[in-house]
Amino acid sequence: MKILVCISKTPDTTAKIAFTDNNTKFAADGVQWIINPYDEWYALIRAVEFKEKDPSTIIHLVNVGLAENDPVIRKALALGGDEAIRINYDGKDPFAVASQIANIAKEGGYDLILTGKETIDYNSSSIGGMIAAILDMAFISHAIKLDINGNIATAVREIEGGEETDEALLPLIVSCQKGMAEQRIPNMKGIMGARTKPLKVVEPAAVDEYTSIASFEMPPAKAGVKLIPADNPAELVRLLHEEARVI
Amino acid sequence: MVLVYIDQADGQIKKSSFEVACYGAALAQQLSTEACGIIIGNTSEDLSNFGNYGLKKVYSVKDASFNNLDPQMYIAAISGLAEKISANVIVLSNNTTGKAVAPGLSVKMKAGLVVGAVALPDLSNGFSVKKSVFSGKAFAHIKINTETKIISLNQNSYAVTKTDAKAEVEDYSANGGTPKIKVVKTDKVKGEIPLSEASIVVSGGRGLKGPENWGLITELAHLLGAATACSRPVADLGWRPHHEHVGQTGLAIAPNLYIAVGISGAIQHLAGVNRSKVIVVINKDPEAPFFKAADYGIVGDIFEVMPKIIDAVKNLKGL
Ligand SMILES: Cc1cc2nc3c(=O)[nH]c(=O)nc-3n(C[C@H](O)[C@H](O)[C@H](O)COP(=O)(O)OP(=O)(O)OC[C@H]3O[C@@H](n4cnc5c(N)ncnc54)[C@H](O)[C@@H]3O)c2cc1C
Ligand SMILES: Nc1ncnc2c1ncn2[C@@H]1O[C@H](COP(=O)(O)O)[C@@H](O)[C@H]1O
Repeated sequence: MKILVCISKTPDTTAKIAFTDNNTKFAADGVQWIINPYDEWYALIRAVEFKEKDPSTIIHLVNVGLAENDPVIRKALALGGDEAIRINYDGKDPFAVASQIANIAKEGGYDLILTGKETIDYNSSSIGGMIAAILDMAFISHAIKLDINGNIATAVREIEGGEETDEALLPLIVSCQKGMAEQRIPNMKGIMGARTKPLKVVEPAAVDEYTSIASFEMPPAKAGVKLIPADNPAELVRLLHEEARVI
Repeated sequence: MVLVYIDQADGQIKKSSFEVACYGAALAQQLSTEACGIIIGNTSEDLSNFGNYGLKKVYSVKDASFNNLDPQMYIAAISGLAEKISANVIVLSNNTTGKAVAPGLSVKMKAGLVVGAVALPDLSNGFSVKKSVFSGKAFAHIKINTETKIISLNQNSYAVTKTDAKAEVEDYSANGGTPKIKVVKTDKVKGEIPLSEASIVVSGGRGLKGPENWGLITELAHLLGAATACSRPVADLGWRPHHEHVGQTGLAIAPNLYIAVGISGAIQHLAGVNRSKVIVVINKDPEAPFFKAADYGIVGDIFEVMPKIIDAVKNLKGL
């Protein structure tokens, strides 16, 4: 089986969110970058588990971005994967990013393409579904479990108030979330091995951009907490009913 | 024309569908046009009632081949109708169906997509949509530069208003093509309010000490008609099911009221709940970071405070 895992780079979950250039750019100075948690913990680790079960499995990682992403790609290679491809393109429009990945995927003949459910910075949750539509592949979104038996995939996805079990034939695209696999820490062997794994850089194709980011905005600051004495919780209930009118 | 996708499950129209209907109708007004809806799957509900929420007409697709959600088939049906009625804006809810369908619809229709919209578009300079980014810590204004536009609206982000108008209802037969996905089973937790749709959520953290104390959370939730949620360690410890985990790596929610009990308020937890309209925090540690994000708070011990809150709510409800 040949698997492509889409790896994106995001600010660390504790990074301070601020903007520069008249609120048009994310203030990246001093920000620690990580592999998007959904891509790392769920998509990549699940792929690694498939390979542990069947060593003939080939795992490629793909990232769309500039050379500044290489350290994060190496970190992903330390967790697993045979080689990585970076498409040297700096766009943020989900359709453009998906088009770039689709180009690589088309040539690679992958049986399975895994993405995270969303990036924790732009939260578009779009790339997997877009690649599927571009390549006319089957798509299962927000999967919490995935098993492959021969060329049949069984996935469980979360739906409102429950779960749904789906079956599909490979080739298939799955966007992954919690439940899919357990978070791992890369070991020394993985980190050393990642240094010599191939990281290919390919030039981007000409693609359309459907959207652009006009500006950012911070939410208004909270007015501050109103504290209610611990011996009078009934007052809280009264305030929620009469002042906030939420119960 | 604005086309709104009305989502249902087991014949029951999801709450978020009324939000997108009202949003679509308001958007149609902005654009001096009308809004129609499409619903896929059988329902016994009276679809003409979507007139109440501003839709002129509802197209109802009843073909049994659509009984499963294969995104690709939904995409074919929605884009087919959009073309037929010349819809140039399509609105969906950013729920589990919307997330599966909207990206492919965007490709199929060559239409720019904004996922997670929280307000009507600003038309003063093109077409720009405000959406939630950085896991609720900020907003971005995204400009859609294509002729056709698709908006996926965050749940609980747009107020539902009603009139007495009625919508015309028309059966529409769509061709979804051959399914690629087969749904073999669905398991629903009976009688529970889906977390993403709930307007009130009562949530517990490690401060509850163990699953045996969860009665304090579920009883309050039951009294308030609320859904229950939890912090990540609580789900990881197996005290509560995984689907209740909210936060950066769990579900992001935006209820009208979020009650956090024994949760410290780590930045990754806040990322999933900071869009809630009113936040109540109950924690014995006055320095808990959650108080900074809260509207109301009680510094006190859960095991003393919660029973009193439950009694006060019973009083309020006349129980
Ligand atoms: C990459 C990453 C992603 C993460 N994603 C998430 C996520 O999605 N969601 C999430 O929730 N966390 C997430 N976390 C974990 C997060 O950092 C916190 O560790 C977690 O939220 C803490 O859970 P808690 O508040 O239940 O427990 P604790 O931090 O242990 O807090 C328990 C609180 O209960 C209070 N308490 C204890 N006893 C009582 C009592 N008797 N009465 C009143 N109060 C009491 C304490 O004062 C304390 O504030 C993530 C972490 C990382 C690194
Ligand atoms: N620049 C990128 N390069 C590679 N994969 C990406 C990139 N951006 C997003 N993805 C993948 O697509 C998923 C969904 O991202 P998004 O649609 O941007 O929220 C992520 O979890 C990644 O797996």
